[in-house]
Amino acid sequence: MQAKPKEQDDAALLAALLAGELPDARGRFGAFGGRYVPETLVPALERLEAGVRDYLREPGFQEEFCHELFEWVGRPTALTPARGLSRAWGADVWLKREDLAHTGAHKINNAIGQALLAKRLGAKRVIAETGAGQHGVASAAACARIGLPCRVYMGAVDISRQAPNVDRMRRLGAEVVAVESGDKTLRAAIDEALRDWVSDPDGTYYLLGSAVGPHPYPYLVREMHRCIGDEARAQMLKQAGKLPDAVFACVGGGSNAIGLFHAFLGDPDVEIVGVEAGGIGSGLGQNAATLATGTPGVLQGSYTMILQDPNGQVQETQSVSAGLDYSGVGPEHAFLQSIGRVRYEAAGDADVLDALDEVCAEEGILTALETAHAFVGAREWARKNPGKTMLIGNSGRGDKDMSTLVQHPTTRARHAGA
Amino acid sequence: MQAHERITEALQRGAAEGGALVPFMTAGYPEPDTFIETLHAVAEHADVVEIGVPFSDPMADGMTIQRSSFAAIEKGVSLRWILETLTEHREDIDTPLVLMSYLNPLLAYGYDELGAAALKAGVCGFIVPDLPFEESAAFREAMQAHGIGLVQLVTPATPADRLETLCRESRGFVYAVTITGITGGGAELPAEVTDYLENVSEVSSLPVCAGFGIRSRADVERLAGAAAGVIVGSALVEVLERGDDPRAFLAALRTP
Repeated sequence: MQAKPKEQDDAALLAALLAGELPDARGRFGAFGGRYVPETLVPALERLEAGVRDYLREPGFQEEFCHELFEWVGRPTALTPARGLSRAWGADVWLKREDLAHTGAHKINNAIGQALLAKRLGAKRVIAETGAGQHGVASAAACARIGLPCRVYMGAVDISRQAPNVDRMRRLGAEVVAVESGDKTLRAAIDEALRDWVSDPDGTYYLLGSAVGPHPYPYLVREMHRCIGDEARAQMLKQAGKLPDAVFACVGGGSNAIGLFHAFLGDPDVEIVGVEAGGIGSGLGQNAATLATGTPGVLQGSYTMILQDPNGQVQETQSVSAGLDYSGVGPEHAFLQSIGRVRYEAAGDADVLDALDEVCAEEGILTALETAHAFVGAREWARKNPGKTMLIGNSGRGDKDMSTLVQHPTTRARHAGA
Repeated sequence: MQAHERITEALQRGAAEGGALVPFMTAGYPEPDTFIETLHAVAEHADVVEIGVPFSDPMADGMTIQRSSFAAIEKGVSLRWILETLTEHREDIDTPLVLMSYLNPLLAYGYDELGAAALKAGVCGFIVPDLPFEESAAFREAMQAHGIGLVQLVTPATPADRLETLCRESRGFVYAVTITGITGGGAELPAEVTDYLENVSEVSSLPVCAGFGIRSRADVERLAGAAAGVIVGSALVEVLERGDDPRAFLAALRTP
């Protein structure tokens, strides 16, 4: 027998992750992660890391967090058997309904959890960035609930394509700041939030909205979302009587995906697939498929896969969904790809719009444009693997996307009475 | 003499002559064609010149340097082009050069190749604003092999024990960030800035240069004595942006 050192290393790394040994003391998932920030933020991140260590497992904090998830967010969210899609795809399809969570997406889990943490750490104000506006809305709502002032940085391009969310944030008491620099989308908004934080690292809490950025954020955000996968796994066993054969989620920064995937990483028979934004093509600048087409580099505090040119300049992205329009990805996803535990692929805009319509027609659920990417990946997989049980993370609702969707009239034939 | 020692020596000389001056300019800004000409003009009144490698995500920089970075990238300025252009003009430039770059362009270039190419181009040190000491071992070792130093940054928020480590491990000089914030902010220098700089100067055996928020002769005078020198970035980039002569601006900073 020939030894396969890569496979052995991969298995050991996965075991270390499952045993809670990763991220390591330096914030690394294998080669990925770390803390690449200006010196001014180092003490602030060390304080945050200490806060995460002190509070995350502390019974009092956990109790308060669970109460908020139960009484205010509306957890646990339902697991829905997708009868129409199951028929159409010849599969047994289940949806984890994060669209039913308060404010309409999974983002609220992390927002309320970190807002509680900010309060414990004595923060005087909270700042956040947002792409599609979902994390901005969730942060604004969580800060209103907890009683902390909130400022949200949002790229000018995103502000124009997600206007209703901007108004929601303002009504929820947040100050929304348009970011006119850089690519004027999520990446520029994170840069601007970091600049704000650099200017007041003591009094400000940066409520980062995805599993990206410097350590401890990728770990912290994953822990805030692990309820998604923990609930879904238990619900599958109870409602379907078995684990799924495959699990799907969309991946931008990757927070809903990491929250869903984590519960299944230790189940070797469960295939796990992350679906990124394929945009309008496979060329640099035409998509946001960081894992599928990117290379390793450092962006916004973390060593991860990024979309960059040969000179190390980070490239702009293209996607019909503002929430996946990001040139980087959470370092834990880069790690899971590198050890072969999760497969990542891209879904193009046209397929995404079609899948969104299919979910509407078959399930009576208007899913978010981001989430529709997961359905594209799942549909492809079902074609190749008929008769299997599948779990899809339905990470958010598409009400916010109506201004985009009206520009893309549905091509699907009407169902009823046809 | 190692390359990073050239920086130290130049700053010590400048300090003895009434305070060292380290101007910052974004490479190839406002025009790539006039890069070397601008560098010569800036170097006339400089003890060390800090050259900025433009980056798409300059998270520690304010609007001025962001603008100059994005403009330079648009015009094709890259680390490779900067090193090649400096190498072509190596013989005409005596002033020690320090490159300021975010980490990703350095990673993309490749550390192994970078040290030799930088030395050939007259680069004596690097300032990498998103590379904290804990993450810097691989880069420091790769540069050290060519005698090139990594300048450590310290800030008013840096705890005392960390300050000692950073001062000990720095090469060339110690970059003391004067304010808690980004470059080019509108904020005044804080009241306690001279105490802070005197403390850093006491801990460090290398010259200490103060940077961020230094714009005028009055600022320079205020810090004189507390630090070996000052770094002037955004204010100079604004001069270059307007198309004014950097010589007049820099000379005025030095003249009482």
